[in-house]
Amino acid sequence: MLHHNMSLHACLYVLCVLPPTQEIDDNVITPEKAEEVKLKARYPHLGAKPGGSDLLRKRLQKGQKFFDSGDYNMAKAKVKNKQQLPAVTPAEKAEITGDHIPTPQDIPQRKPSIVASKLAG
Amino acid sequence: MAGVGGGNDFQWCFSQVKGAIDEDVAEADIISTVEFNYSGELLATGDKGGRVVIFQREQESKNRPHSRGEYNVYSTFQSHEPEFDYLKSLEIEEKINKIRWLPQQNAAHSLLSTNDKTIKLWKISQRDKRAEGYNLKDEDGRLRDPFRITSLRVPVLLPMDRMVEASPRRIFANAHTYHINSISVNSDHETYLSADDLRVNLWHLEITDRSFNIVDIKPANMEELTEVITAAECHPHQCNVFVYSSSKGTIRLCDMRAAALCDRQSKFFEEPEDPSSRSFFSEIISSISDVKFSHSGRYMMTRDYLSVKVWDLNMENRPVETYQVHEYLRSKLCSLYENDCIFDKFECCWNGADSAIMTGSYNNFFRMFDRNTRRDITLEASRENSKPRAILKARKVSTGGKRKKDEISVDSLDFNKKILHTAWHPKENVIAVAATNNLYIFQDKIN
Repeated sequence: MLHHNMSLHACLYVLCVLPPTQEIDDNVITPEKAEEVKLKARYPHLGAKPGGSDLLRKRLQKGQKFFDSGDYNMAKAKVKNKQQLPAVTPAEKAEITGDHIPTPQDIPQRKPSIVASKLAG
Repeated sequence: MAGVGGGNDFQWCFSQVKGAIDEDVAEADIISTVEFNYSGELLATGDKGGRVVIFQREQESKNRPHSRGEYNVYSTFQSHEPEFDYLKSLEIEEKINKIRWLPQQNAAHSLLSTNDKTIKLWKISQRDKRAEGYNLKDEDGRLRDPFRITSLRVPVLLPMDRMVEASPRRIFANAHTYHINSISVNSDHETYLSADDLRVNLWHLEITDRSFNIVDIKPANMEELTEVITAAECHPHQCNVFVYSSSKGTIRLCDMRAAALCDRQSKFFEEPEDPSSRSFFSEIISSISDVKFSHSGRYMMTRDYLSVKVWDLNMENRPVETYQVHEYLRSKLCSLYENDCIFDKFECCWNGADSAIMTGSYNNFFRMFDRNTRRDITLEASRENSKPRAILKARKVSTGGKRKKDEISVDSLDFNKKILHTAWHPKENVIAVAATNNLYIFQDKIN
């Protein structure tokens, strides 16, 4: 990650010492493109199509809860054998896939009983 | 910088704020929609807890000529409750996505409220009189023996404490596989449309067991999915016309007279993109989060992540006006992508005369643009500026290195304080701004 940031800095440094007659238009980086470089540096595995299927499928899947008691109990048995359940790191913008076994902790708790809105108070 | 929304001496003042003050905001209290009714007399809010609160404007009293009518609670009810679809393992949130008022046809008021899956028609009626002196019942309601009645009397209507009742009159369910993002009442006052990520349906207000699918963009193979429907609205005057916007920044105008299934649009609005400026973020920030027709029906407005665009319905190839909401965020897109803020869905609204537009931003800032003078202003909804009739001061975000006094730097903005929902009174300069769990009402200054 550090390597990529230094490359960007090095690139800009080089621009400063170019002789005045040289074309530098091609290397002008818009703020948006600069942000893209930053993002790709942090998440090298991010797909090339940002607005495409992955993002949309994640959006369409909102609300889906997966819990299989068989998977869960087998995964619990693995923990007993000193193997950890693979956790999903928040940094990964991935969908919940088969590797991650949802636990009761992942599923949100039952919502509290209905109370009146504070706007009406 | 005064002058937006009215004449040169125009200034916005604080009027009221509703909601709790405490720092800990319960998720259920987050306001998810705000809407004035056709006369502006009623103001409805929906929240993440599935509750609707309706405020009514008090009649202006002669005793207090310097204050416009205040909005006070008229009715509150639980519109939607959390559900779980066991067949699809789908949790259905009770969050109210949209409220739309129906035109008033009798003494009662009606509105449509929707969550992700189900639309409900609520009738709100009030009773402020009761009858006394029945012939067949006595005062506690017990039936009188008809053979014992020797004389007849005419019941009289007596005033009683006002009682407001809300009852669900229609439930429009099971028509959407995906999440409903919009509802819009048609100008014929008989039908309305509802849109989810991939489909738009047309309903008759009286019929709940049937709905017509008028747009379907679901591809045969879901792997080929490239865009979703983000918003839809009926034309304010032409009952055969509606528009829907997409996640790719395009708007399609459809004519229901042309075909039963409006997959082929009549007009296609898209601003050409400069290919050299394309980046990873281009498509995401071009996604339209809201589309609203002007009251006149001649224009429509779209909101994408960084700007608001006004389109002339007769010109498809580019908008006629573009207003930058918070251009300084363009150099923060990486972190806004990481914290998901880049996916925030801001709404926008017109004033009654279509001369000004308003939309929200972060740090509890909201922006107004005057289409005639081209002036714009940034205001803040905060408890600090909530003294009665306090004039709102213009705010400014500093983008350069030097930060002037009273300016706030981009890095100091609170991205958790988002103003996503705002509403403008249909006739007057009164606005409602939802700041997370608080509802602010601002009015123009009365001299």
